[in-house]
Amino acid sequence: MSYKVTPSQTVGPYLAIGLPWPDGPFVVPEGSPGAITITGRVFDGAGEPVPDALVETWQADPDGRFSHPDDPRGAPGQTRPVFRGFGRCPTAADGSYRIITLKPGSLPSPGGGTEAPHLDVSVFARGLLDRVVTRLYFPDEEQANAADPVLAAIGDTRRTATLVAQADPGAVGRLRFDIYLQGERETVFFDV
Amino acid sequence: MTVHPSAGSAPASTPPPRPGPASTPPPRPMLTLPSYERPSGVNPPLDFAGYRSTALRAPHQPLVLLPHRLTEITGPLLGAERVTPADADLTAQHEGEPLGQRITVSGRVLDSDGRPVPDTLIEIWQPNAAGRYRHAVDNHPAPLDPNFTGVGRCVTDSEGRYRFVTIKPGSYPWRNHPNAWRPAHIHFSLFGRAFAQRLVTQMYFPGDPLFFQDPIFNSVPEQARDRLISRFDLGLTVPEISLGFAWDIVLRGRGATFFEPLEDRR
Repeated sequence: MSYKVTPSQTVGPYLAIGLPWPDGPFVVPEGSPGAITITGRVFDGAGEPVPDALVETWQADPDGRFSHPDDPRGAPGQTRPVFRGFGRCPTAADGSYRIITLKPGSLPSPGGGTEAPHLDVSVFARGLLDRVVTRLYFPDEEQANAADPVLAAIGDTRRTATLVAQADPGAVGRLRFDIYLQGERETVFFDV
Repeated sequence: MTVHPSAGSAPASTPPPRPGPASTPPPRPMLTLPSYERPSGVNPPLDFAGYRSTALRAPHQPLVLLPHRLTEITGPLLGAERVTPADADLTAQHEGEPLGQRITVSGRVLDSDGRPVPDTLIEIWQPNAAGRYRHAVDNHPAPLDPNFTGVGRCVTDSEGRYRFVTIKPGSYPWRNHPNAWRPAHIHFSLFGRAFAQRLVTQMYFPGDPLFFQDPIFNSVPEQARDRLISRFDLGLTVPEISLGFAWDIVLRGRGATFFEPLEDRR
């Protein structure tokens, strides 16, 4: 390996001038059939909302496929031209973000097993010298979550629970996923 | 710090031998998937006392190792559809020209094996020549420039090259420690080809006298700090118009990992 990898630096406090997109939160257009809305808040170690973070998501489509040349199963069978797979939302003054997407399918895991439906989630913010990465899993997938190799590797079920979104009992298709950067309820973060 | 989980560990990096009696059907070929390197001594630690904002934001629990699976080896391939040619010239986004030293910033996006990363989106943002960002939270006593927004985008070409025209950003004070000043920098955001390659970083300028007191620059391990500093390049100057700085950005390289073929359940 002849070239040396460029280090990460924080996004700083002014990311909001450069990174948000008007269509960022819309992995699919609002009102798309089957669309779900994920909302949540980002909190710091004092329990205060983080108003200057950026949340990004990346995920498979409802068939568990990626429109990407490195998905060895080939192009998705059903074309979903409006499904971007990627979502991006800056947090508001109360630390909240939202992503409008479709629920991903489960995935075959290289090396064996099946991964439960999930989103990879990155958080960028002032005070984070590198992004932190977590995963969002679905509350209605108890069996699949129990067999998921990533959740299994965490071991501690109390910590694993930080990766499962909560259903909103008042609204179909609405999920809540709060992210705790630090403290008693700290979310599990991964070394990617 | 990384905890290696007891289960779900990364697969071996070489294919296992596949002996078998001649009567069995030939095995299906092994599946080869990319796996992205995890270089050490490159990135800053999340918990870095000199940068005060890390105190309540850096996670305290050790990170859990995530072996690269399909979600991590794929990623959004965003390109030309998100960019217009004008987005790469930050001096031409308003009626008048911004104040400050015109510069060209150009280089290549590569991976650590030297392979160019083509057709990938780069986003940048920066303060104006006086060191002020066009952002509500930046209210330090320096003027805004009505002709400068400080936001640019472009897509790398087939050889991984990018080019921005902008003005040299000013340094600015912040309240991290008494009389703290940020060295002049431009924020860069890159996607690469995979979730594992995503990078947000800052590009600095050669010879900046403020490096010694900047905890964000110095959070990077010493041997890797110079990778964040651009190089003056006479070849990028435009005579009688602008100066030029060269900066290559290197994303994590990809190796190959071998697996049994995936079971496609559809």
